[in-house]
Amino acid sequence: MNRNQLVFDKITAAIPDAIEEVLDFRGEQTLFIYQKHIKAVCQFLRDDAEMQYNMLSDVCADDMLPDYPRFAVNYHLYSIPQNHRLRLRVRVEDPDDGPETVGAIWAVATWLEMEVWDLMGVRFKNNTSLRRLFLPEDWQGHPLRKDYPLGYEDVQFSFNWENIDAKKPYAQE
Amino acid sequence: MTLLSGSDTIQELTIEELRAKVGTGMEIADAEEHMLLSMGPQHPSTHGVLRLLVELDGETVVNLAPDIGFLHTGVEKTMESKTFTKGLVLTDRMDYLSPMSNNLGYILAVEKLLGVEVPPRAQAIRVILTELARISSHLVWLGTHALDLAAMTVFLYCFREREYILDLFEMVSGQRMMVSYFRPGGLWRDLPEDFIPAVRHFLDFFPSRLADYEALLTNNPIFLNRTKGVGVISAEDAVSWGLTGPSLRASGVKWDIRKAQPYCGYEQYEFDVPTQTEGDVYSRYLCRIQEFHESLHILEQALDKLPDGPIRIDDRKIVPPPRSELGHSMEAVIHHFKLWTEGFKAPNGFVYQSVESPRGEFGVYLRGDGGPNPARVHFRAPSYVNLASLPKMAKNLFVADLVAIIGSIDIVLGEIDR
Repeated sequence: MNRNQLVFDKITAAIPDAIEEVLDFRGEQTLFIYQKHIKAVCQFLRDDAEMQYNMLSDVCADDMLPDYPRFAVNYHLYSIPQNHRLRLRVRVEDPDDGPETVGAIWAVATWLEMEVWDLMGVRFKNNTSLRRLFLPEDWQGHPLRKDYPLGYEDVQFSFNWENIDAKKPYAQE
Repeated sequence: MTLLSGSDTIQELTIEELRAKVGTGMEIADAEEHMLLSMGPQHPSTHGVLRLLVELDGETVVNLAPDIGFLHTGVEKTMESKTFTKGLVLTDRMDYLSPMSNNLGYILAVEKLLGVEVPPRAQAIRVILTELARISSHLVWLGTHALDLAAMTVFLYCFREREYILDLFEMVSGQRMMVSYFRPGGLWRDLPEDFIPAVRHFLDFFPSRLADYEALLTNNPIFLNRTKGVGVISAEDAVSWGLTGPSLRASGVKWDIRKAQPYCGYEQYEFDVPTQTEGDVYSRYLCRIQEFHESLHILEQALDKLPDGPIRIDDRKIVPPPRSELGHSMEAVIHHFKLWTEGFKAPNGFVYQSVESPRGEFGVYLRGDGGPNPARVHFRAPSYVNLASLPKMAKNLFVADLVAIIGSIDIVLGEIDR
């Protein structure tokens, strides 16, 4: 049986209604997982004897503006024993109320989620390490968001902060 | 990344304030007895601008937290406003010790998104150049790692050989380091005539140089004392912490993307994936030394069966027409103009492509939205992920061991901060 199909069947059997949608593009399978199920699905994928996704390659977020839900978080899983890559994608409606951290499943996840929080502003539930990583502690905003101003603007200093900020093209709600 | 403002001195702050200020969120075990040491960002053994906040009990590391971002240049964001081709030059500047691997990872992702595959000759040339890049990157690692452990000679030797490889890069691309030689759909130009003899010459003299380095280090009692049993990480932990590349293989996990999920025709070449079992600094050293030999082996095979043929695909919507056509073909002029003013459009969708860079898994997540610019680019930088397990490896060791460990996981700050 095709491995992608196997993964789909196993997840559906273990956690019904976890999968929202399946996408195949250029030979890569993406499973859209409902946000509330992501931790359970990850736990299952790592621990199941046939799945063995023992490595979390990458976590990265995507800003789908103007789509709704606006944010999506990708988990790139890899199974060394099975030599298979899998992408889980979670649609996030409210970035302040993001998916639960998977740091207990893969130790590196905490570190990867810190980058997502810093640059895209998706807050992972129960990840207590979220802080500014690349940017200065007092930085405003999350630069990888699509509505973040892209240069060609005055530099903000403490003495003219409000003046410049008032002219910034933030996204309209 | 945080700086103390001018009016504060550390002594005047409470521990809570201090923790907020230093910005690493590190749990401090014993603020009364222990010392907080800020190591870096300007420190030669941090290989760039890494700052480590280290909590010390005497000379023993109790805890540490990496503080990064001093080189953050917003590469991922910048690429969203450049065409796919223009974004390429930014990838050179991330991992500046092996720009070829970054180029390759990015270009393969673009080609995957477009759904094209380059001709065999281009693939073979890509393999040759990335393996040369691997050797040159490992040379810098070996030199600086030995230098951290106070072995000056190796450093000078390594940089001598690296210079030869950079000359080879200059020969093909016109640049020593920021090559941008791989282009979507193929290569910038074909190899110059004297390139292959020059690589053959390198293959002739390099093994004896490698023997020199090994003679200086492999059985050197000082080097052994500094590296054996230091910074041990078990195979299970290494996988869980996302370690990749030689750092993972030194813990006994035989996993190499070139073998597991071959790209660029790596399946045609015979090579071994060197592994060790100890998972300490010395094993990581041995793994990389053996990788030199494997890279040389791949290079020999690639040179022997380098196929003839085109170096680019024949799709004028992606690859610009040759200069000779511009003089007499209106269509070629239009294609040229469209490509250089607008670029090619990529379909709506996202891909993830990873390659085995000298440091580990270099992954590129790329999303196109139907326009000529990527809608989102994300790099899974191996140095960034490998850095995550540093606190675990360095716990309860001396500061001097910490220096050895940083050297052994081979980080490049340009890639960590992006």
